[in-house]
Amino acid sequence: MEEIWNGLVRAVELIVTLNPEVMSITARSLLISFVSVLLAASISIPLGGLIEFRNFRGKGAVVNLIQTLYGLPTVTVGLFVFLLLSRSGPLGSLQLLYTPTGMVIGQMILISPILMGLTISALKGVSPSIRDTAVSLGAGEWQVLLTVIKEARHAVIAAVLIAFGRAISEVGVAMMIGGNIRGYTRVLTTAIALQTSMGNLEMSMALGILLICISMLLNLVLGRFQGR
Amino acid sequence: MALLRVLGLKKSYGGAEILRGIDLAVERGEVLGLIGPTGSGKTTLLRLINLLEDPSCGSIEFEGRTVSGRPEGEKLAARRRMAMVFQKPVMFRASVEDNVSYGLRMRGSWQAPGQGKADGSKEEFKELVRGLLEAVGLCGYEKRDANTLSGGEMQRIALARALILQPDLLLLDEPTANLDPKSADSIDRLLERVAGSELLPGDGKERTASRPAVILATHNMRQCRRLTGRVAVMQAGRLEAVDYTEEIFKGRDGFIFHDFL
Repeated sequence: MEEIWNGLVRAVELIVTLNPEVMSITARSLLISFVSVLLAASISIPLGGLIEFRNFRGKGAVVNLIQTLYGLPTVTVGLFVFLLLSRSGPLGSLQLLYTPTGMVIGQMILISPILMGLTISALKGVSPSIRDTAVSLGAGEWQVLLTVIKEARHAVIAAVLIAFGRAISEVGVAMMIGGNIRGYTRVLTTAIALQTSMGNLEMSMALGILLICISMLLNLVLGRFQGR
Repeated sequence: MALLRVLGLKKSYGGAEILRGIDLAVERGEVLGLIGPTGSGKTTLLRLINLLEDPSCGSIEFEGRTVSGRPEGEKLAARRRMAMVFQKPVMFRASVEDNVSYGLRMRGSWQAPGQGKADGSKEEFKELVRGLLEAVGLCGYEKRDANTLSGGEMQRIALARALILQPDLLLLDEPTANLDPKSADSIDRLLERVAGSELLPGDGKERTASRPAVILATHNMRQCRRLTGRVAVMQAGRLEAVDYTEEIFKGRDGFIFHDFL
């Protein structure tokens, strides 16, 4: 117990003194997840809107599939992207394995179903009269989509925050695609796993505290958007 | 040539036939009343004319060209010549100014159509919004959150939102239903001015030239009698009669509308 307590005190010290290693890992985590969410959102939100607005055969099955993929195991995505990016894989020539870009691709695949699915749910919540009004006032298809997304902005922003939470806290993709290379692809989750296995508890606790703080901050922001 | 022609229009939802073959023509600048009991198909007819839905059968011609069932681009071009005010207007989550200017912004224009100004500035455009708000009695409401307004105020915003587009065809779906008598009365007075084209932007000459055709679906017989030149009577998805307002209200041939007068 004393060991844990001492580790905790040391961990707080590492945070308060802005330990360069801790800060660089945290900044990298935030950056990689931010880029993943930004790219995934710019594709998945309009795509979710199109799925919601268009009527096509198998739409129900597509929505079901998207919702099933919410809980996609991160190691499965990691394995899939690893096979894609490995030297003998179809995208091997791009040499993206063990790079932050590879991690971004993996995280995008992981969070896209969440973003798409929650966008579909968010748009379903907007009164059909809003869409009729926009169409009636001469909005084109994309303009109607943007208008309805704007109407559901609180729910869509909540979806983005949830996706960010999933991206920053996942370990499978980060480990398998990033490779946990110090100063290059090491992020909060992979660093915690490594430091714990090395018995460096204060370091892993400091990183863990920061990860929890980021999650709490996200939850606070989410609460504001949901009117909590 | 009639501005709008509706030919053999039918619409079904599931097994229920809502419109059972409507033929109707509307001339430029005329105000046509559309009356009939609840469920007779007035709203469905207006929605079809506004190209919000495709008919199950029949067609809609706008300026001699078939516009129903056409690709979205063609429908959009025709829809941009019309404007519809719904029975229960909804406001976008935005300011009154943004709501009123919505249609113009969707057209990628900071200037009103037909203003004769090649490069209308944002200020001129704002002035246009201000002028319309003044006309509908909501001067100074520009920055207000549109969703905090009363039902009557929202209906007036919906009218301003439609009128700013200077439509060739204005579709009004029971605009005073669900309103208290005072609000209904103020909308009524507004409609009177719309029918006389007083509320359109531009000077007198431009207004007369661009006077829209109006289709007014209503249960309010006083309003219908005062505002319309012709009246179409709907019953169970069919047009029972179309005639000059005076003739319809003489009640000749014992038209069915007597039941709900």
